[in-house]
Amino acid sequence: MHHHLILRVIAKLLLPFILLYALYVQWHGDYGPGGGFQAGVIFAVGFILYALVYGVEALARVVPSKALVAGMAFGVLLYAGTGVVTLFTGLDFLDYSRLAHDPVHGQEWGILFVELGVGIAVACAMTAIFVAFVTREPDIDDEDW
Amino acid sequence: MNVIVVDLVLFGFLVLTAVAIMKLTNLFAVTMLAGLFSLLAAALFVTLDAVDVAFTEAAVGAGISTVLMLSALALTAREERPMSRSVILPLVCCLVTGAALMYGTLDMPAFGSPDSPVHTHVGGAYIERTQADTGVPNMVTAVLASYRGYDTLGETTVIFVAAISVLLLIGFPRKGSRRRKKDEDA
Repeated sequence: MHHHLILRVIAKLLLPFILLYALYVQWHGDYGPGGGFQAGVIFAVGFILYALVYGVEALARVVPSKALVAGMAFGVLLYAGTGVVTLFTGLDFLDYSRLAHDPVHGQEWGILFVELGVGIAVACAMTAIFVAFVTREPDIDDEDW
Repeated sequence: MNVIVVDLVLFGFLVLTAVAIMKLTNLFAVTMLAGLFSLLAAALFVTLDAVDVAFTEAAVGAGISTVLMLSALALTAREERPMSRSVILPLVCCLVTGAALMYGTLDMPAFGSPDSPVHTHVGGAYIERTQADTGVPNMVTAVLASYRGYDTLGETTVIFVAAISVLLLIGFPRKGSRRRKKDEDA
């Protein structure tokens, strides 16, 4: 893949913007369109673009596959764990009203945490599925498509 | 008027893409067109003011699933096998199902009607209460993460289970096995 000079340069140029945009979608989901799910997908797209252009070994040096599996489990646990914490505040599962000093703030905190859980789980799951597929066979030549 | 023109153009391209997907046998081209189909669907969701859905469709349908289909395609053949069986029975099935679905839409409330069940039950309550309850300006996020938090937990678990299933079925290769295979080829 060493001959794709333009792709390599442009991909490296785009990557920070893709990841920054994913973070924007994650933390701005309360105000605009988007949220954890979309942010997770965009974050995964950043990693997948890196793997497509620089090879999956390069991605494995950035994010080992064990970290991906741990990440997706952590995301689901963060979501469910927020629900367990709300149980300890004396309310129903996933009722965030007592997470902060007043109910409205509590709801905002709760939404923030569960969306973060969704984002981490989706980003890691999508990247893991992609890595599992592409590591099955050695790189194929451009002409084989 | 302008909206109708945009809708017609988008639906026209949607139909063209679908026909092209049916006619082509090169699976690489079919995968790319399927991504295009999702992108057009996302544009249609934007014209319906469903920006959150459009966003998801564009990111997942046009983005991730195209890449995942391509990576799956790398493990299999590039060309679709020519069909030997007759197409009449499947065609009749599709036409009858499509006609039944269209007949069904006649009973549905008119597009955007305020009397439709969507707007007469919980929808109004969400619109009235979201701001006071959660202070979150984007109602979609409030409904997803707070009012319907159970459902979203379920969805997140589905994605987790899907990834786990893929890893169980095809799995990560053991460390270095891929490189060794490459060296053998060389």
